Amino acid sequence: MSNTAERPDDLMGLSDSEYDTILDILGRAPNITELGIFSVMWSEHCSYKSSKFWLKTLPIEGPQVIQGPGENAGVVDIGNGLAAIFKIESHNHPSFIEPYQGAATGVGGIMRDVFTMGARPVANMNALRFGSPDHPKTRHLVDGVISGIGGYGNCMGVPTVGGEVNFDPAYNGNILVNAMTVGLARTDKIFYSAAAGVGLPVVYVGAKTGRDGIHGATMASAEFDDDSEVKRPSVFIGAATTEKLLLEACLELMATDAIIAIQDMGAAGLTSSSVEMADKGEVGITLNLDHVPQRETAMTPYEMMLSESQERMLMVLKPGREDEARAIFEKWELDLAVIGQTNYSQRLVLEWQGETVADIPVPPLVAAAPEYERPWTATPPRAVIAADDVAAPDDLADALLTLIGSPDLCSRRWVWEQYDHMVMGDTVGRPGGDAALVRVHGTGKALAISTDCTPRYVVANPVEGGKQAVAEAWRNVTAVGATPLAVTNNLNFGNPERPEIMGQLVGAVQGMGAACTALDAPVVSGNVSLYNETNGEAILPTPVIGCVGLIEDVTSAVGAGFGAEGDAVFVVGETTGWLGCSIYQRDIAGGAEGAPPPVDLEIERRNGDFIRGAIRDGRISGCHDVSDGGIAVALAEMAIASGHGVEITGKPEIPVHAWAFGEDQGRYVVTCPDSEGFEAAAEAAGVPISRIGNVGGGSLTLPGAKPISVAALRDTHSRWLPEFMASRLG
Amino acid sequence: MSSAAVIVFPGSNCDRDMAVALEAALGHAPQTVWHGDSSLPKVDLIAVPGGFSYGDYLRSGAMAANSPIMREVVAYANRGTPVLGICNGFQVLTECGLLPGVLMRNASLKFICRDVDLRVERNDTVFTAGYSQGQVIRVPVAHHDGNYFADSETLAALEGDGRVAFRYCTPDGDVTDAANPNGSVANIAGILNKAGNVLGMMPHPERLADPLLGGTDGAPMFTGLAEAIAA
Repeated sequence: MSNTAERPDDLMGLSDSEYDTILDILGRAPNITELGIFSVMWSEHCSYKSSKFWLKTLPIEGPQVIQGPGENAGVVDIGNGLAAIFKIESHNHPSFIEPYQGAATGVGGIMRDVFTMGARPVANMNALRFGSPDHPKTRHLVDGVISGIGGYGNCMGVPTVGGEVNFDPAYNGNILVNAMTVGLARTDKIFYSAAAGVGLPVVYVGAKTGRDGIHGATMASAEFDDDSEVKRPSVFIGAATTEKLLLEACLELMATDAIIAIQDMGAAGLTSSSVEMADKGEVGITLNLDHVPQRETAMTPYEMMLSESQERMLMVLKPGREDEARAIFEKWELDLAVIGQTNYSQRLVLEWQGETVADIPVPPLVAAAPEYERPWTATPPRAVIAADDVAAPDDLADALLTLIGSPDLCSRRWVWEQYDHMVMGDTVGRPGGDAALVRVHGTGKALAISTDCTPRYVVANPVEGGKQAVAEAWRNVTAVGATPLAVTNNLNFGNPERPEIMGQLVGAVQGMGAACTALDAPVVSGNVSLYNETNGEAILPTPVIGCVGLIEDVTSAVGAGFGAEGDAVFVVGETTGWLGCSIYQRDIAGGAEGAPPPVDLEIERRNGDFIRGAIRDGRISGCHDVSDGGIAVALAEMAIASGHGVEITGKPEIPVHAWAFGEDQGRYVVTCPDSEGFEAAAEAAGVPISRIGNVGGGSLTLPGAKPISVAALRDTHSRWLPEFMASRLG
Repeated sequence: MSSAAVIVFPGSNCDRDMAVALEAALGHAPQTVWHGDSSLPKVDLIAVPGGFSYGDYLRSGAMAANSPIMREVVAYANRGTPVLGICNGFQVLTECGLLPGVLMRNASLKFICRDVDLRVERNDTVFTAGYSQGQVIRVPVAHHDGNYFADSETLAALEGDGRVAFRYCTPDGDVTDAANPNGSVANIAGILNKAGNVLGMMPHPERLADPLLGGTDGAPMFTGLAEAIAA
């Protein structure tokens, strides 16, 4: 082995003290291949070194949880011998550099995480954050990311059923692309990554290895500057058809009992997959790199181990089953190569051209991965702003039109019409509602899925914002009638080495943990994306929550439109008119200031449980959660979805603009055919409700305001995004 | 008992949806036939489903059209067996010469997934017997390359023979530019071969054949086909 005794100039992102630890572990200096392996395994992206300490505080258990964090994805029991397997993951940095491929391979990567575990992916979701619409790059990034998400998911034949798209100048230099996949598997056919057993063949399947994406995980763990464009070679190129074949081949092989362990080659490719399998199985792995299928000539061990070429998997098979596996993969026109074997050594040994080119003890590589309890400072609390201190609009109806036609609240139809949201024939709730609703194939059940986060609340108060992200996702799943089962989280923050950023992360995790506990929605999987900064400007803290729920009888689900003409309209939950940090304050009054609305988790739980029960009992004909833009925006969206109008009767006791646009939490707007029965049920449950009108007519009339026709609402709501995307820069 | 086959290429992804719709109409599951097979079992109906066969490399449907099984499909079609190609299946049928014309990239250059209205141009075929002539049905499209084009001579022949099966239209049945989702010439959504036993169409009737999914206008195609091949 060739060793350099001197400390190299380029530590590949590792710190001096981390390098010293490597010297201790090896008892010598690492060669370049070994240094590369340590570098990616100990990158923020793979090791969670800044966040692990806090992630451990999150609730991860529950009777429904089959597998919590630590595997490729989380697994929850949904009855009938079936499990939902899901996870959310970021592809922020690659998508900023190369939006189409970055987003596409993000979708490909998260689907692989799910089918690695034996699940057929049944739904894709996403959470996207772009810079200001005025920023010259925004349109290009939106176009590329949406096309990339659609391009990959559509080709895979997995419906993309919903998500979020928002704009804020804080993302000008660092967009967020978080992709979530939900899959279904039999509970007795779930696959894990522990390579238990020795003398077993280590098998490489899928696409060939090229030089794309080398050190991608390290790139994802650093900030951007003006020269970020030169990082384009670190972005990988996806081939969705190859992944479709890989999916079918893997599921076909999984139907046999030939597989002992399987791990997808995602971030840090062959390195992390082999290390993870060896570590969890408490074995050693020797790989012969000459046998790795290669797309390019003269690849070095360093390049092969750090390549992030897409659409690859590593498996450990039962001995003697290689030919059976090969026949399946050849049928699907994919490579299969036996590239190594497990042994007792607990070392990762790499051989290449007759030489040993790396020899690393696995347990310390994993266990000694750095974990930092970084210094943090709590975000200073903001003052609570009284409703009276936020200016009323000149005209209430015009203010509503402005909001529903704004970049953040307008229709996302332009986006989701580019996603095949119906393939697989189980999309019961199409995009645009509160939660997507996907039938469990061949049953009468359905999964409800929502992704949510309100970054302007999080930046104002990370704890409340963290709670709110969980509460809103839980509320959206509840609003269709489903019982939330668990969540996956994607923590997108700036540089954790800055105490104020670390304080945002700590606060958000604390808030999320409290909410997950109170709402019985444990965290079963997740991803952390830090260093989302460009030239020292951090993004808004964006801890995205993906919530998955179950509805036993899909025919009992309700939509987010008004029910029938004549149905009574109620607001469920208490309305105080909280305008601080609201969309109204930001977009109409100017500047999102003050404290965000607090989330009372006990009330959230009580109101949500009441709604779910009332839907199950058939008391509710339409239900929509109240979030950005308050009651007025919720009513407008329900009118647009159903084509019905409503006249709000009576005058609120608080300033009418605060009533209309306040963002108090834990609320829903519902319509009910039997108002008395509903009122009695609410009283029995101790849930405050207020009746605000009856469904009817073709207009929405807010208190004391001029009527707005549903056609005008729809027209205003649908216009901004397609016009923005069609416009050209001057 | 009549039987149906669904052809599966590497990259097909609507094969299950097609099988579900056929099973609902036939009362039993169709057979799935792998693209590499060189012979078809004896069947009364062949369905070529949607997806991205061979990743749309070269041109949509071009690679699949040259796979071993398509020689068999063409032979069956020439003997009069009904062949239904939906979406990528339509692209495959044009590439292998069973149907004229070509499916180009959508005029918007974007993938489009949404419900569209179709006018049933004729109901005297095995595929459309479940509809009435001039009926407007609502089914989704989901494609990137659905912009049908044929030269004027071919188009004149298609129109002259009455081989346009479906056109994109308004909910009232008017064939307008605004109702055309992808730029197809003459708003053509589906066409027949000369003998009337091969139909290619871009929209997906198999996706709206279940009330829970928001519509059932696609179902009569499959029930009609089931009756026709049972007769």
